[in-house]
Amino acid sequence: MAGVRLDHVSKRFGNTEVIRNIELDVADGEFLVFVGPSGCGKSTILRLIAGLEEVTSGAIWIGDKDVTHLPPSKRGVSMVFQSYALYPHMDAYKNIAFGLQMSSRSDESVDQRVRRVAAMLQIGDLLHRKPRELSGGQRQRVAIARAIVREPQVFLFDEPLSNLDAALRAQTRLEIARLHDELKATMIYVTHDQLEAMTLADRIVLLNGGRIEQAGKPIELYRRPQTRFVAEFIGSPRMNILPVTMEAGLAILPSGDRVPIPSRFDGPADLGIRPENISLATPEVPETIHARVLHVEELGDTRIIHAALSDGTALAVRHPADAPAPRKGDEVALRLDPEHMHLFGRDGARLD
Amino acid sequence: MKRVLSRIGLAGACIVLAIFLLFPLYYAVLTSFKSGSALFRVDYWPTEIDLSSYIRIWQEQPFARNILNSIFVATTVVILSLGLALTAAYALGRVQFRGRKFLLYTILGVSMFPQVAVLSGLFEVIRVFGLYNNLGALVLTYMIFTLPFTVWVLTTFMRDLPVEIEEAAIMDGLSPFVIVTRIFMPLMGPAMVATGLLAFIAAWNEFLFALTFTLSNEQRTVPVAIALITGASEYELPWGNIMAASVIVTVPLIGLVLIFQRRLVAGLTAGAVKG
Repeated sequence: MAGVRLDHVSKRFGNTEVIRNIELDVADGEFLVFVGPSGCGKSTILRLIAGLEEVTSGAIWIGDKDVTHLPPSKRGVSMVFQSYALYPHMDAYKNIAFGLQMSSRSDESVDQRVRRVAAMLQIGDLLHRKPRELSGGQRQRVAIARAIVREPQVFLFDEPLSNLDAALRAQTRLEIARLHDELKATMIYVTHDQLEAMTLADRIVLLNGGRIEQAGKPIELYRRPQTRFVAEFIGSPRMNILPVTMEAGLAILPSGDRVPIPSRFDGPADLGIRPENISLATPEVPETIHARVLHVEELGDTRIIHAALSDGTALAVRHPADAPAPRKGDEVALRLDPEHMHLFGRDGARLD
Repeated sequence: MKRVLSRIGLAGACIVLAIFLLFPLYYAVLTSFKSGSALFRVDYWPTEIDLSSYIRIWQEQPFARNILNSIFVATTVVILSLGLALTAAYALGRVQFRGRKFLLYTILGVSMFPQVAVLSGLFEVIRVFGLYNNLGALVLTYMIFTLPFTVWVLTTFMRDLPVEIEEAAIMDGLSPFVIVTRIFMPLMGPAMVATGLLAFIAAWNEFLFALTFTLSNEQRTVPVAIALITGASEYELPWGNIMAASVIVTVPLIGLVLIFQRRLVAGLTAGAVKG
C-alpha cells in the first residue's frame, strides 16, 4: 500500500492547459474523490496517475517511488473504466485472470486469486459468462475484480457508476465503500456527481478549470465552501446565491429587503444560503422577507418550495414534509438563518 | 396495391440482376458438360452430361499441380498480408506519429497504379531476387495489390475498437504484441475474414503477373494454365476443357464465401462497452 503525491503537475494538450500546477498528497489508504464539472480535468489527472498520459511538467510519486516516467504496468496501480472496458471475447474468469496469466505467474496461484476476488464481489457464479451476457452492474463488478486481482497499491476509478441506473448506482456505491474498508487500499475516484463524492470520500478535491478549487473533508466543503463555485457545486438542490449590497451588518437584497448578517464587509457581494437554512415563518417574526410561492416539489421526505421575492429573485426552500405546505401563489414569510449564511466577494472568494 | 407492385418490381429487378450476373457462369457449366461439335451449338438447357472434358484436363497438362500452386500462392499471400496489415493497422490506427496520414495515402496510392505500369520494373526486381519462374515471385508481387486494401480496412476497423479496451489492457500490463494478437485480433475476426477472403480471391484470379513471372507449366497458377490450354491441333479450340477447368477453380471460391459468410457478420464487440 502506498500514498500518491502530485508535485506541481501540469498537463497541456497543444495550447490548452488542462491541468494547472496541481499539488496534492493522497495519504496511504485514503479514499480521495476528484469532483468537478465536465472539462475540469478530473479524468486527465486520473490518467496522469495511471500513466496513460505523460505529464507536461511536475512529478508523480507513488509510495516512495518517482513514477513520472514509468509505464502504467510498473506503477502498481489499476484502473476501473467508465465503460468497463472488458475484453469482449473472453469470459469473466479470463477477463479477470488474463493480466496475471500473461505476467507468467503459476496457474494455481492465479486461479486462487481469481476465485477469491470473485467471491469477494459475489460474481463466483458468473465467471463462465461473456461480457455481453452480463448486466451492467455485473460487468462493473467484473471490471472491479480485474482491478483488484492485481493487488495494486492504488486503485483508480474513472466515473465507474455513471453507466448504471439509479438504484444500482446507490448499491454499487455502498459496495465500493465496503471494498475500501476491506482492502484498506488507496483509492482515487473521479466523478461529476457531488452525491457520490460526498458519500464516498475521505477527502474531496473539487477541480475547476484544471485547478484545485478546494480540497477537504466532504462536510468541510459543504459547511464552509471557500468559493462561490464550491458552494454551488456541492449540495442538492444547489445553494441559493443572491447578489446583495452589504451595509453595516445588513445585506440589502435586490428586492430591497434587508437581512442581518454577521459580517463587517461593506459593498457589493454574493450571499449564499442553502435551501435547508431558510424556513417558513409567521409574518410577525422579525427579520423575515416576503415571497410568493411559484412551485412546490414533493420529495417525500421533504418538500422543495420554489419562491420568488418581490423583484422576481428566485429562492429554493427546503420544507419539512410533515408541516403544512403552502400552495402555489401563496404569500409566505421566509427566515434566512444568519448562522448558515455564506458571503462571497464578486471575485467568487469567501469573505470571512 | 402499391406495396404489391413495389414488391413485384423489386423481385423483378433482383431476378434480372441475378440472371445478368449468373448467366456467364451457368453457360460455362453448361458448356463444360458438352463435347465435340455440340460445343458450338447454342443451348440454354442441359442436353447431355458428358464428363470427358473433366477427365481430359487432368491428363493433358499438370492441372493438379497448377491448382496446388494457386492454393499455395493465394494462402501464403493471405497469411502474409493479414499479418503485415494487422501490425501496420495497429501502428496506423492507434499510434500517434508524424506523417501517419501521408503514409496511409501513399499505401492507398500504390494500389492505383495499373498492373501493366509496374510490370517491367517488377520484372527487374524479380530477376535481382532470382525469383523468376518461382512461386515466390507471385507471392511477393501479389502483395502489391492485397496489402493496400487489407491495411486500409484493418486500420479503419482498429480505429473503431474502443480505446478503453486497449487502455485496460495496458493497465493490465500487457505488451503491445499481446494486445494485438490476443485482444485485437479476435475482435477483428470478422474484418480479417472479409479482407482475407478478398485477398484470396484476388490472388487466386490474378493473371498478368502470373503469366509474366512464370515460364514452365509446373510453376503456373490456374488462370494462366487455363488460358494456355491448347487443343490437339492449332485449329481446335478446346472450349470444353477450358470451361471444365474454369468450373473446377471457381467452385472452391464459392465454397469459401459460403463457409465464411456467417463469420462475416460482426457483433463480436457487443458487450465490450456499454451499449
